Amino acid sequence: MKVFITGMGIITAIGAGADETLSALKSGRSGIGGIRRFDTVHRHIPVGEVKQSNEELCDLLKLPTVGRYYSRTALLGLMAARQAMRSSHSVTPVRRVALVNATTTGGMDYHEMHYRKLSSDDIHAQEMELLDCAGGTHLIAETLGITDNVTTVSTACSSSANAILTGVRMIRNGLADKVLAGGSDAITRFTLNGFNTLEILSPTGCRPFDAHRNGLTLGEGAAYVVLEPEKTALPDDVLCVVSGYANVSEAYHQTSSSPDGKGAAMVIRQALSVAALSPDDIDCIHAHGTGTQVNDLSEGRAVETVFRNQIPPLSSAKGCIGHTLAAAGSAGAVVSVLSLGEQLLFPNTGFNHPMPELSFQPNTLLRKATVNHVLSNSFGFGGSNTSLIFSRY
Amino acid sequence: MHAYITSIGLISPQETAGNRFSFDLTYENAPLLRCIEPDYKQLIPPLQLRRMSRILKMGLGAAQICLKNTENLQPDAILVGTGLACINELETFMLSMLENGEQGLSSIPFINSSHNTVAAQISRMLHNHGYNSTYCHRGASFESALTDALMLLNEKNAEHVLLGGIDEYSKQYHLMLQKLGHAAVGGEGAAFFLLSRVPAGKVFARVTAVRTCYKPAADFIDTFLSAHHLHNDDIDTVLCGVNGNMQDDRIYDHPAERIFRRDTQWASYKHLCGEYTTSGSFALALAACSLLDGRFPASCILRNPRRPQRILIYNHYHRLNYSLTVVETVR
Amino acid sequence: MDKTSLIEKLKIQIIESLTLEDVKPEDIDSEAPLFVEGLGLDSIDALELILLLEKRYGVKIIDPKTRREALQSVSSMADCILKKQKTGAAECRTTTDDTPPENKDMHGKA
Repeated sequence: MKVFITGMGIITAIGAGADETLSALKSGRSGIGGIRRFDTVHRHIPVGEVKQSNEELCDLLKLPTVGRYYSRTALLGLMAARQAMRSSHSVTPVRRVALVNATTTGGMDYHEMHYRKLSSDDIHAQEMELLDCAGGTHLIAETLGITDNVTTVSTACSSSANAILTGVRMIRNGLADKVLAGGSDAITRFTLNGFNTLEILSPTGCRPFDAHRNGLTLGEGAAYVVLEPEKTALPDDVLCVVSGYANVSEAYHQTSSSPDGKGAAMVIRQALSVAALSPDDIDCIHAHGTGTQVNDLSEGRAVETVFRNQIPPLSSAKGCIGHTLAAAGSAGAVVSVLSLGEQLLFPNTGFNHPMPELSFQPNTLLRKATVNHVLSNSFGFGGSNTSLIFSRY
Repeated sequence: MHAYITSIGLISPQETAGNRFSFDLTYENAPLLRCIEPDYKQLIPPLQLRRMSRILKMGLGAAQICLKNTENLQPDAILVGTGLACINELETFMLSMLENGEQGLSSIPFINSSHNTVAAQISRMLHNHGYNSTYCHRGASFESALTDALMLLNEKNAEHVLLGGIDEYSKQYHLMLQKLGHAAVGGEGAAFFLLSRVPAGKVFARVTAVRTCYKPAADFIDTFLSAHHLHNDDIDTVLCGVNGNMQDDRIYDHPAERIFRRDTQWASYKHLCGEYTTSGSFALALAACSLLDGRFPASCILRNPRRPQRILIYNHYHRLNYSLTVVETVR
Repeated sequence: MDKTSLIEKLKIQIIESLTLEDVKPEDIDSEAPLFVEGLGLDSIDALELILLLEKRYGVKIIDPKTRREALQSVSSMADCILKKQKTGAAECRTTTDDTPPENKDMHGKA
């Protein structure tokens, strides 16, 4: 059974909506800059913030604000989720709509700002609702009227790739007729400090696959896709087919990927096998490409292992939007869909010097090309590796 | 879609021996039920154990107990449902960040606060490269993971899935619940299951349907039953999530009066494990063991004691996340 | 403090900060490599040891090469501390490498 993407929504540091995102990707414009949204001693570390404030997001979403509390992760999620649902129409009213959301921070941005209040007697019921991963999912479900199979995946940086994978399988297994799947994460002091203790934040802005790469850059945002089977999808809405997907555990280290990219190669091969495609069918790769020493080497080696001497054009969008954590996989899906729709290869921002360990370098130019199949990778803490393949229809 | 429960590993506030519930379940009249924990050194490699938080030990411990009973079979997939995940590590890192002005922080609580830590560390312990995922959706976390497990088996992408539900007591969270009037006996636990596509070895029971809903419509039980071609009298036992909170417990009145037959057996389980976001995993362990034994422990039976054949586990968390699970005997 | 007593103190602190429950100070060979072989420590432990040097001894090491040298063994950690106490330098550097410290990450995943 074919599962289509029939709608999508995105908000990141380079803009809100597919159109703004496309024009930024075409121009290679980066959304990475200073930290404006919260107070921290790590001011010098660049990040990819979404331009709108929480108040502006509430305004755009027409949400009541008096006596109500929202986490930024939830607001960003609702922005992108609403766009996605609005852009997909379906043939007939669909009965069973599911929501598979993804987040790693949940209501952390609110929690860390109001920590003292939460342990006082003044705590409001709705503030507690924000605390965990489910709070933001509930806001999206409530606002968009979804009640069936409402759930949240949290597998670190591969979370929303797994949300899409689960959504596709829900349709294939007959559990849902339409699935809204994706993820959302705001930048928080918690994640900034967390990644800082691991010493993997770039002091200059990330440079995926560059010999002088010096760490990742945190981004924030949300991205969602609407998944539908052939029978209910409106032909005009069909953006692409989700043809391949796989999830494997590398089981190598708690935070690090193996230097030889064993887990990454394994997951890419499995996704190709689900899609019944061979490596040379892939026209471009949307890489995980975080810009850390370990990831880019490991992912690069995995790509060499699978594609040997015919490596398709590869690029990572993290050089302009940053690493949006739980939203990275679904943002990758949106970028892949844009690539298929426009028949374009997007440049890998921030690249200058080829890595001596690799036989290839990322694509640095915006160019027209025949794009039929895009591979999108997402790798997370704990060896959580997921690959998705999007194909033209 | 269905799955055979072929092994169970349980760490809960009740004494368990291997994968067997003891039947003299002790009713504890305490405001809080904490787990009786095994000696983890017997279960987890020491080098891995040293950096582990309590929830990780509970998760890996329960997973090991579950797999030990299967002669250490290597599962094809590992799935974990956890409502609050590593909330205590999250708290530790946040407090240390706030108190130390974001300077000189240890990375360990941050690493261990990642929601997928339990599932990922199990895969490392087992050197398992299979499918690995974690669902964190408060009261529907375990049932979401169970749904995924049923899909994997149905797709024939897995013969055996290791599935767990796990949550740990958090003082801070418990206090917030009390302040907001969600009064109930707090609990925690780790329940792991080996779910198999075909019956093999010791079979406890068979899971045939699961469904989660967020603020569902009033007729959602009827819709669920008819979607699975079940009639109300096909269910002989309802294992429900009453927790002693009047507002929460009122939810179960409607199905008792309107949906199920008067002679349906009603049972409860939260007096044994307390209220927590993945208590549904404890309920599934209890249901599976009771099907195998042909009866529920006396302390669980609310009315109409009988031999259970097909149990509906009906639970909700704070009247937001609802779940329904059908589990039946294989004899 | 002489090197021998510093080494003994360090061993206790290492056991404590890395929660090496079953290891006793006398089990640690002062000259043996700390990582992979020897105690079997990994990159997360390395970050903890760097933090230990920073917090307890005021020794801040940024340069990856210097770090590798300092964390060779308990003995080399002690040398690094003694050197800092003698020179009073804020950062323990054994090389004259002036290139900006590359972000030596061992946890590239994320």
